[in-house]
Amino acid sequence: MKSDAVDALLVLVLLLNFFALGTSRMRAVINATALQGVVLGVIAVLAHRQFTLQPMLIAGGAALIKGVVIPWMLLRAMRDVSIRREIEPVIGYVSSLVAGAVATGVAILFARTLPLADENVGSLFVPASLATVLTGFIILTTRRKAITQVAGYLVLENGIFIMGLTLVDAMPFLVEVGVLLDLVVGIFVMGIIIYQINREFASLDTTRLAHLKE
Amino acid sequence: MVALALVIVPLVFALLAMVVPQRVRSWLLLVAGAVQLVLAGVALSMPVVGGLNGWLLLDGVGRLVLAFTTLLFFLCVIYARGYLAFHPERSNRNFIACLLAFMAMMTLMIEAQHLGLMWVALETLTLASAPLVYFEQGPRALEATWKYLLIGSVGIALALLGSLFLAYSALRGGVAPSLLQADLTADAARLSRPWLRSAFVILFIGYGTKMGLAPMHTWKPDAYGEAPGVVGALLAGGVTSCAFMAILRFLRICAAAGDATFARQLMVVMGLLSMAVAGAFVARQKDFKRMLAYSSVEHMGILVLGVGIGGAAVFGAMLHMVNNALTKGVLFMSAANIQRAYGSKSTDDVRGALRRVPISAGLLLAGFFAITGSPPFGPFLSEFTILNATIAGGHWFVAALFLLLLAVVFIGMGSTVIAVVQGEAPKATTEAKSTRGVRFSFVAPAVLLLGLVLLLGVYIPKPLSDLLHGAAASVEVFR
Repeated sequence: MKSDAVDALLVLVLLLNFFALGTSRMRAVINATALQGVVLGVIAVLAHRQFTLQPMLIAGGAALIKGVVIPWMLLRAMRDVSIRREIEPVIGYVSSLVAGAVATGVAILFARTLPLADENVGSLFVPASLATVLTGFIILTTRRKAITQVAGYLVLENGIFIMGLTLVDAMPFLVEVGVLLDLVVGIFVMGIIIYQINREFASLDTTRLAHLKE
Repeated sequence: MVALALVIVPLVFALLAMVVPQRVRSWLLLVAGAVQLVLAGVALSMPVVGGLNGWLLLDGVGRLVLAFTTLLFFLCVIYARGYLAFHPERSNRNFIACLLAFMAMMTLMIEAQHLGLMWVALETLTLASAPLVYFEQGPRALEATWKYLLIGSVGIALALLGSLFLAYSALRGGVAPSLLQADLTADAARLSRPWLRSAFVILFIGYGTKMGLAPMHTWKPDAYGEAPGVVGALLAGGVTSCAFMAILRFLRICAAAGDATFARQLMVVMGLLSMAVAGAFVARQKDFKRMLAYSSVEHMGILVLGVGIGGAAVFGAMLHMVNNALTKGVLFMSAANIQRAYGSKSTDDVRGALRRVPISAGLLLAGFFAITGSPPFGPFLSEFTILNATIAGGHWFVAALFLLLLAVVFIGMGSTVIAVVQGEAPKATTEAKSTRGVRFSFVAPAVLLLGLVLLLGVYIPKPLSDLLHGAAASVEVFR
């Protein structure tokens, strides 16, 4: 029963991947990553076999940061520079979707070659994790706006978070430290840089960052 | 105790640097560098250095990396003091604090036996180095820093994913999941093979990104090109070596599981690919600092190739890691001096450097011959050792490619370096700011490094030879 709910939520995560890949509106991409963060928080709560305080706090904290704080920062940055749409991605949205579908397929096939530990048998954790990591990678490499690139990085992070959930009972410390530290990098450093890019170029288009070419 | 002190002392100095005034800070940096050198000396004189329940321990490779990175750091500190004195209008607070935190995290990475702790150290190291890369500010430095952080973060994220895979291989194998190297090697036979292999590939890509192996090297030319020269020296000599050391630790676990063949094959292929990419991009490179970045890509390729071949080539790779770090110090420092004298780092503007800045131009020229493997410098010896072992192992095709790519890079780099040092110096359009008073800091560390590179080409002192053999043995222990 509980594992059915987890699998349903993981499918929702996968659907959000496709939504983020297929839209040109930056607000929609940011909202998709935010919703994904919240869903992951719920999964983290359900994935625990016993309800203890510390993992609940971590799950809640991660959901809060991924679902509220970072999206809010990104939306504010977006408003400050008044851009709404991703302009001319490196590959089109349809191609992105196809690439995402291929990546998801590859992830599912590859995950089948990896034997699961008894407690995870049958669950979608590993394929969902790999598919989300690959989706984040596609967004990161094919979009040109700094904000969308950060959103792509967050999707990639979400994928790793899913993988972390399979280990959260076995080694909570590593998972927590890893997840929290990665978030710090994701937000604060990139936030600072986005601010700088904004000030320097009065635009967040990383194609303006094209002085350094061969 | 010493193990902890090596990490905590520079951190304390970093905190101190945040509060003391500008002039004191520069001296504080020198003191911190010297203290670190002494601490490293003490640590290396002790047979076992560890702490925190086995989370910190200097292993064979760790001892070697600690020895040369601390020395490189000290010489970079001397250079950095001159660099900061040359820019008195800029606050040196963030630079010095970040530099010291950078050293602390590099040392933590070297000592960390817990693979999660090592990952945390790498993450923090990247954070601490971003302000250093951005120090000269402006749009180009900003672009470089953005790429450095974004690509670096993806690499680090993959390193985390790989670490989770490694932990899962233990969980699936029925072993209590642990990321302590000693536990993983002890239980290696029971680790789940498919997970272990996937973990190695992901970790290799993740840490390989920080190492700057092709095709994950794209941040490197930008970051090395735009960062201050002394930061380039520390990135190219220190961070890359630490990331390489991390990969060696994962290789060790694979070898302990009796499953290193595929890992070594991967390393040979990626090594040759890096050398080829470097060869392709170094040709007709007008920007001599970017040229150095591609040279770094090449030498990272040589390192993983050497370890991939195995046997005597591992010893060669260890020696080459030292040679590369020291020679990169010479090259980045002299390149920065030339850039400062001309106000440009493009061969369009920079010509005749032997006339205008004879010492730095001479250092760049000598460093070029050294890094491309000309005798009698150190890299010749280490590259020759790797080549020899490759042929002895019967890998004729690999050996031929190795030689060919070395030659390609030599020609490519040579045309740029010759253009810089030879010819008539153009008339200075703007009067370059005098380096009087800081000339010693700009030249002495590079001269000393070049002396060491030369020494390593003809004679390897006993203590270093012990360190090298210890490092090679710790890589090869499960073969």
